[in-house]
Amino acid sequence: MKSVIEEVELLAPGHRMCAGCGLAISTRLALNVAGINTIVVLPTGCLEVTTTQYPETSWRVPFIHVAFENAAAVASGIDVALEMMGRKGINVLAIGGDGGTFDIGFQALSGMFERGHRVTYICHDNEAYMNTGIQRSSATPYAAWTTTSPYGRYSIGKKKRKKPIGIIAVAHDIPYVATATIAYYEDYQRKVKKALSMDGPAFIHVLVPCPTGWRFPPDKTVEISRLAVETGVFVLWEVEGGRMENLKVTVKPKKRKPVEEYLMPQRRFSHLFKPERRQDVIDKIQRTIDEKCERYGL
Amino acid sequence: MVKKVIEGQQAIATGVKLCRPKVIASYPITPSTHVPEMLSKFVANGELEAGFINVESEHSAISACIGAQATGVRTFTATASQGLALMHEVLYIAAGMRLPIVMSVANRALSAPINIWCDNNDSMAERDTGWLQFYCENAQEAIDLIIQAYKIAENKEVLLPAMVIIDAYNLTHTMEVVDVPSQEDVDKFQPPYKPVYAYLDPDRPITQGSFGTPEYYMEFKYSQQRAMENAKKVIDDVFEEFEKIFGRKYEKVECYKTSDAEIILLCLGSMSGTAKEAVDRLREKGIKVGLAKITVFRPFPEEVVEVTKNARVLAILDRNISLGYTGVLRTEVASAFVNLSKRPLIANFIVGLGGRDVTLEDFYEIVERKIPEFKKTKRLVEWINVKGGA
Ligand SMILES: Cc1ncc(C[n+]2csc(CCOP(=O)(O)OP(=O)(O)O)c2C)c(N)n1
Ligand SMILES: [Mg+2]
Repeated sequence: MKSVIEEVELLAPGHRMCAGCGLAISTRLALNVAGINTIVVLPTGCLEVTTTQYPETSWRVPFIHVAFENAAAVASGIDVALEMMGRKGINVLAIGGDGGTFDIGFQALSGMFERGHRVTYICHDNEAYMNTGIQRSSATPYAAWTTTSPYGRYSIGKKKRKKPIGIIAVAHDIPYVATATIAYYEDYQRKVKKALSMDGPAFIHVLVPCPTGWRFPPDKTVEISRLAVETGVFVLWEVEGGRMENLKVTVKPKKRKPVEEYLMPQRRFSHLFKPERRQDVIDKIQRTIDEKCERYGL
Repeated sequence: MVKKVIEGQQAIATGVKLCRPKVIASYPITPSTHVPEMLSKFVANGELEAGFINVESEHSAISACIGAQATGVRTFTATASQGLALMHEVLYIAAGMRLPIVMSVANRALSAPINIWCDNNDSMAERDTGWLQFYCENAQEAIDLIIQAYKIAENKEVLLPAMVIIDAYNLTHTMEVVDVPSQEDVDKFQPPYKPVYAYLDPDRPITQGSFGTPEYYMEFKYSQQRAMENAKKVIDDVFEEFEKIFGRKYEKVECYKTSDAEIILLCLGSMSGTAKEAVDRLREKGIKVGLAKITVFRPFPEEVVEVTKNARVLAILDRNISLGYTGVLRTEVASAFVNLSKRPLIANFIVGLGGRDVTLEDFYEIVERKIPEFKKTKRLVEWINVKGGA
């Protein structure tokens, strides 16, 4: 099998990410497809602070970070500047965390989509604000513990379900939207390639497990990523041309595993199992997944 | 050069067009809206070869300018008041990344209560962001200072963003006769933009917008401060070069009948025009009064001390208020005198907030009644023409 990571890494080693961080794996996979003719834009977040500590940088491609909520706006400016300079064939790749994409950066993202910039936006969804120490975001799943959605006598963890960011992106009627996760790297890399070939905005929502925030051992990152797909927690699909009826599920688990297998190894869900088992909550999560998978024909 | 009757916003837009920015990103807000409207029209009809980005907010306007300028092109944005406040966070970043973006600001009061008329609180609140600030007295200055701002901002010894600031309505919507420089002259004065350190180019990959630890952060700020210091000389040089080509002379602090003045009024913006008129009338009555007008507020023009120090009273008119203290010009100018033993008495008058007119009568009131009173009371600050005020 061909090595998935090229010999010249565009994300240099020596960065400061945690052991087992899904962001490092995902970024390498994406850059490997994008290649050197790529400008990377990052909002503030884990990936940014761990790779750009002055006077060092891990980026072997042109890179810019400005603030937390504006990566899509910065990328828009780059897109138009390149056009005005007559520079063709350069990828503009924005890579934002779930906080910088679902929440505080959502307005800028929506604006970038609407204006139709040639920008591929990858959302690294690790389901919380990890850089500031694991606070809930609108991407945090139901019942997950974070430092601002703690469980307790009056709380089961995050109260509501995750915002369906991919579907919201599709509703912007942009050329390409997909979901991906690191365990299915071929599927992911194929989608990055497709996204970059679009003549307009493309959005890829990537689930990236975070051992530190999800509370699992750092050698289980890829396994958790795979379990998310095998249990139907995260469905891998793509939509071209902004038409939901064109939605294609790209990876179909042969037989869906019970969600418990995904929840159990992550201590952010441990309150569902101890001190007493919250079967009601586990059932509720399972039911939601079943309904969703039915819609996707899984 | 052609003489045209245009409003302040048109002067701004025309000045911008003459400087040929490649990317413009701007969001509408009264009374700055005509600027993006006119610029998008210039782009639409081919008078200006630029990309116009219809951003969804001012936060994104300045962010898109950062992205474009960091890629390697000249950029422009325009805003006012709430829009400027929404940019606040990103203004520091534009300066910290040393991107010579030029922006026009229509000086408009900040909410609450919501108000669309003139005062300086919006731009004064941004004085610490690391932007050069130029204040205009009239539409002529608006077009001239836009052209000069690009040249100053882009100077290799400076590389700082610049705001060119015009008063809401008094300038933005007032028709005046303006000498519009020719494209040929501006092209001579203003060569095409070539990025020095900031570019996003796959052939020369660099990282912009690093994470700065305590080990380096201070040096970044120190270099910005040095750039501000450098700007003082560069501004003088550019003003001089501009005068040679265009025949109009600019100074950081413009003096009007100050040399023998016992009372010097100090202000900025459009009310300086009224102040000059007041000075003339008061002099007819035998009162030795003059005016010092601030054109460059950042970097702070220390010349202000030299040209006002011999007055008995320096009356600073602030069209803004740092609530809980005094006007901003007052704190800044007074601090410039702090180590001098010989200095004028410094009086502060708050005028014209939220678009209240600043009239000739206000100047007479200040000079003929308030200043004699002030010599006795030494009140820190006084509000002029306010209902129920002292
Ligand atoms: C305007 C603003 N608000 C808050 C912050 C603090 N902050 C920095 S990164 C971050 C969370 C990042 O979360 P996410 O986008 O999910 O990325 P992650 O670190 O999880 O990869 C927060 C809250 C900030 N830098 N700017
Ligand atoms: Mg996150």
